[in-house]
Amino acid sequence: MGEILALEFMRQALVAALFAGVAAPLVGVFLVQRRMSLIGDGMGHVALAGVAVGILTGQQPVLTALAAAVFAGVAIELIRASGRTSGDIALAIMFYGGIALGVVLIARSSAGTPANLTAYLFGAILTTSSGDIAVLAVLAAVVLVVTLMLRQRFFAVANDEEYARAAGMPVLGYNLLLAVLTAVTIVVSMRAVGLLLISALMIIPNATAQLLARSFRSSLWWAVGIGVASSVGGVLLSYEVETPSGGTIVLVAIAAFLAVSAAAMVRDRLRRAVHARAETHDHEHGPDCGHEAVAHEDHVDYLHDGHLHAAHEGHYDEHGGHAEPDAAAGAEAR
Amino acid sequence: MRVSSDPPPLIELRSASFGYGERRVVSDVDLTVERGEVLALLGPNGCGKSTLVRGVLGLVEQQGGEVRLFGVPRERFRDYTRVGYVPQHHSLSASVRATITEVVEVGRLPHRPWWKPQSRLDRDVVREAIAAVGLADRAHEEVARLSGGQQRRVLIARALAGRPDVLVMDEPTAGVDTASSEALAQVLERLAAEGTSMVVVTHELEALRDVVSRVVCMESGRVDFDGTTAQYAAHQAAHDHGSSHHHDPTYDAPPEPVIGAPLDRTHTGGSGG
Repeated sequence: MGEILALEFMRQALVAALFAGVAAPLVGVFLVQRRMSLIGDGMGHVALAGVAVGILTGQQPVLTALAAAVFAGVAIELIRASGRTSGDIALAIMFYGGIALGVVLIARSSAGTPANLTAYLFGAILTTSSGDIAVLAVLAAVVLVVTLMLRQRFFAVANDEEYARAAGMPVLGYNLLLAVLTAVTIVVSMRAVGLLLISALMIIPNATAQLLARSFRSSLWWAVGIGVASSVGGVLLSYEVETPSGGTIVLVAIAAFLAVSAAAMVRDRLRRAVHARAETHDHEHGPDCGHEAVAHEDHVDYLHDGHLHAAHEGHYDEHGGHAEPDAAAGAEAR
Repeated sequence: MRVSSDPPPLIELRSASFGYGERRVVSDVDLTVERGEVLALLGPNGCGKSTLVRGVLGLVEQQGGEVRLFGVPRERFRDYTRVGYVPQHHSLSASVRATITEVVEVGRLPHRPWWKPQSRLDRDVVREAIAAVGLADRAHEEVARLSGGQQRRVLIARALAGRPDVLVMDEPTAGVDTASSEALAQVLERLAAEGTSMVVVTHELEALRDVVSRVVCMESGRVDFDGTTAQYAAHQAAHDHGSSHHHDPTYDAPPEPVIGAPLDRTHTGGSGG
């Protein structure tokens, strides 16, 4: 570890990975909520055209990529808001046009070698310069601060757009802002993860977090934790085994997802084993039902004719006596 | 709270029309909702009752006439927190986890600027709103795990958290099981007893019979009955020995296939002969 940290490019790569690991899942959760998981992928395609323009004109590719990704994000939202059926086709043309233009322009530029293109598409730890780090730090800070401040509002708009509109929230404004934040995140993650794999870091940690958390708030923190662990762990691993960082990061994230899925499956099996349904009755237990409420671990049971009934999804579970070992439910509550 | 000698009606429509682009769904509706009223907006599927309330809320294009909310023309109305909208529950996204509290907290957002964090008052109001719909014991459970009827109550709690002057509900009882429907009716009864004004879009009056004070019926985008619950019962009785009328509260007559009918008849005639 000390040996790795002694290398300047590794320090920079790890910092870049940290930024990506924080920003990507934070923005990604709202994309998952809006069922737009693949939109980040399309914006990454368009960002490649921005990178190419930067290389050709001698600008910092980070800034030109940002401009292209922001353009794509805003266009996506406006096309979606217009509600046209041809919108889907328009998005496809924009995404593939972006990546095709990027490939052609990079091949034409003198600095462009196949290795260079691969680094942008799939991430490479060697490409992060100290100039980049400053820009990335500012961009990551913007994503972090704005997303955390507007977290509840983004949640409201993504959760129920109809209600948000009726409550007078500027729905299109929030959606456009989220698109811009997504674009910024793509540029922040570009060096470590690569433009073709960025979407994975936005979505997969959130998929894993959904298996672990029981509320939106906790799923957000789980996703950021898993994102950072995957991106930093992936960069370290890619140094050890000499692989492209982006692919390594994404594989680490997927491994975490599979491990958690397997554990969740075992947990559900165990829980089903101790799960006994109560008889159905046509009233609902609640503060006013007249049955005595008894605190039981993380929930409330109702004493119904000598049985303890606990609400579970649409029905009631028989929780019998208090002494019943409820190991699975206890483990899940952690 | 508001001091006024003669408060304007909550909702006022003067020959109002609503629709989507070229298609006009609701035409020429006159309707006034006064404070303290619990109004049921009845009618078969596709009669325009949902479009009417969504138009009042500004979710559907207004194509003519006048709409006033609390005396203010709809275009200039900005006091969104005064109207508590309860949409049909399928508008909730279920792709990520969210607890009841997290969904109800959304109802407080219009009350504070974007940069302001949740206050103690916000938390208290959210807790009260969840208690008012009888879900206090499940406040930190996931919304997606609740039954359909309980999810409706979460949406009602979200609207209540905004402390509105009028609740506007779109089909709160549709597809809800008996136990849940009773709990829902109790919640609405309690709110009505506290003086909450409500507009309830529904195609079944039965579940809400004890709550409703006034009935408005729609047919093909127009209002064709407006009166008290008693008048509605009499109106219905008068129609009952006529043809099967759409006002039957328990049975939803399918819309008449105006264009399809003669063709269908030709077809059945052809196949029969």
